Amino acid sequence: MGRSRRVLAPYLLILPGGLWLLLFFVIPMVTMLSLSLQQGDIVSGYAFTGHWQTYVDAVVNYRTQLVRSLIYGAVTTIVLIVVAFPVAYWIAFYGGRRKPTYLFLLLLPFFVSFVLRTISWRYILTDEGMLLGPLKSAGILPESFNILGTSVAVISGLVYNFLPFMVLPIYVALERIDPRVVEAARDLYADPPTAFRKVILPLALPGVFAGVLMTFVPASSDYVNSAVLGSSSTTMIGQVIQSQYLTSSNYPTASALSFTLMAVLLIGVFAYARALGTEDVMKVAAR
Amino acid sequence: MTTGVDQDPGHPAIELAGVHKDYLSHGETVQAVRRMDLSIAQGEFFSLLGPSGCGKTTTMRMIAGFEEPTGGTVFLDGRDVTRVSPNKRDVNMVFQSYALFPHLTAYQNVAFGLERKKVDKAEIRRRAGEIMEIVSLTGMEKRAPREMSGGQQQRVALARALVNRPRALLLDEPLGALDLKLRQQMQVELKRIQREVGITFVYVTHDQGEALTMSDRIAVMEAGRIDQLGTPREIYERPATRFVAGFIGTSNLLDGTVESVSGDVAVLSYGEGERVLVPVSAATGVGDALEVSVRPEKIDLAQDAPTGAGLSVLSGVVTEVVYHGTSTNYTVKTSAGPDLVIFDQNAYSAEDLAGPGDRVYLSWSPQHSYPIGV
Repeated sequence: MGRSRRVLAPYLLILPGGLWLLLFFVIPMVTMLSLSLQQGDIVSGYAFTGHWQTYVDAVVNYRTQLVRSLIYGAVTTIVLIVVAFPVAYWIAFYGGRRKPTYLFLLLLPFFVSFVLRTISWRYILTDEGMLLGPLKSAGILPESFNILGTSVAVISGLVYNFLPFMVLPIYVALERIDPRVVEAARDLYADPPTAFRKVILPLALPGVFAGVLMTFVPASSDYVNSAVLGSSSTTMIGQVIQSQYLTSSNYPTASALSFTLMAVLLIGVFAYARALGTEDVMKVAAR
Repeated sequence: MTTGVDQDPGHPAIELAGVHKDYLSHGETVQAVRRMDLSIAQGEFFSLLGPSGCGKTTTMRMIAGFEEPTGGTVFLDGRDVTRVSPNKRDVNMVFQSYALFPHLTAYQNVAFGLERKKVDKAEIRRRAGEIMEIVSLTGMEKRAPREMSGGQQQRVALARALVNRPRALLLDEPLGALDLKLRQQMQVELKRIQREVGITFVYVTHDQGEALTMSDRIAVMEAGRIDQLGTPREIYERPATRFVAGFIGTSNLLDGTVESVSGDVAVLSYGEGERVLVPVSAATGVGDALEVSVRPEKIDLAQDAPTGAGLSVLSGVVTEVVYHGTSTNYTVKTSAGPDLVIFDQNAYSAEDLAGPGDRVYLSWSPQHSYPIGV
């Protein structure tokens, strides 16, 4: 092979991926950014005016929904860690030869449409549904008790929908731990809880970190769960963006909100990575 | 340097009494270790030697506490620890692939055990520094395991266990992952360290050379049992079973029938002028079948018939000559049975004693014939 071709090879290899990113990522982003700075209406059309005030107005008008979304996202992520860790732990250390089966079972519900699955949760959580109905008729809960329409319902839905995205990365991290390393801890006078705290948990952290990234971002910007399981008091920013864009045809506001959300999430994720010392975490992950 | 382990001479460091271990594998019971009795003295370098699957690792794991015996009792320093969990046993293990904590530095790895024992910080620093000097790791304290070579990781694993001054150190094929040169270096070093710290070492290996050079005593294991227990010299010179004879070094095995017995030497005859002389016990009589082991380096090879009367003599045809540097190995087809292997030291002869196809005579003294049980 000629020298020039060898020099060119890496660029040729990146070409398809680069084109793809340009076409489906960079161009839409630039278009959206431009859109957020335009003014006008759907009838007479929009024109670029560099109107940054749209951002200020959007954030002021919808700050409640924005903050609520971040809180829902954070709570969902924390609940997910608590729920997913034991599941991943059990499959990784006690799954034996059936590990693939258990992982498949975990993913099975996700072969059904996202929206349909969320709607089925309505039936579970509804006032006289299969969860509350028996509890109410048994007199354990008062007749007026309800879950549907509350933040509990929305967060439950979010946790349910994002569960595999937390279980899988934690599972992968736990699965990679050499059982002899855990035995070494036991040999060096660590009782089982100490071995967990000093060895298993630190080695599982990269998985938790990846899980948080994969769940916090989409959970915060989700618009289905609140629409299906919530009420007007649980409106999330994703719903606002959706209705601004599709119902009100207020493209600049919808775009401005999208960019604001993206900026907030990026700052949040970087702050989180910095606080956790991602570099160390990534080193362990790359071992 | 001594570590100040107060050893109670009254008890062996480790004792196994009728210990056995069954596994359930695919619905069938596999006997990994069968009714083993074993006593390892304080300060001894003891090796469990055998092929993979012979039960040596299972035996070690029962001493460490990672496996509970199906039956029998494990004693450490005279104390029954059969049902005691590993973190409460005063033995430490060096794992086959080191099993260092990847998220901790070399120093933190070494300090791990003492921290769990709540030893105070200054004392941990002192002892960790001391042991890291013994294993030549000074200056490596802040390295992560992945930044160290195999030999260095090996030393961290050793230091991590020794720093606790355990009653016994259990080593599970610790040199298996190292290349030959480093392995030989570490063998010498392990022996030196063991002398310095005076701790009982239990060494599991499938490498007979390793076991022979390092051990005070060796237990050769096969199929969950100890075939022979003795010093390296005993095991090499007087293998108790056909398995031991074949597993340790190279052995020539000869079958024969006793033709006559004079004093304590039996004569196996293989034809005109060909005989094997074997020292035997009084119980051996004419007509008994015997199996005899002869080590290759004990046999003399010559083109002419030997003159000595009190020698074993066989004749045959050379089929293969392989030059090995320090020795030349000959394979000779004899009428007595299987092909025999002879190692001839290249101390005096600059040329081969014989070439392929040559008719040769093999001879050796009676004490080098060793009758074995089957």
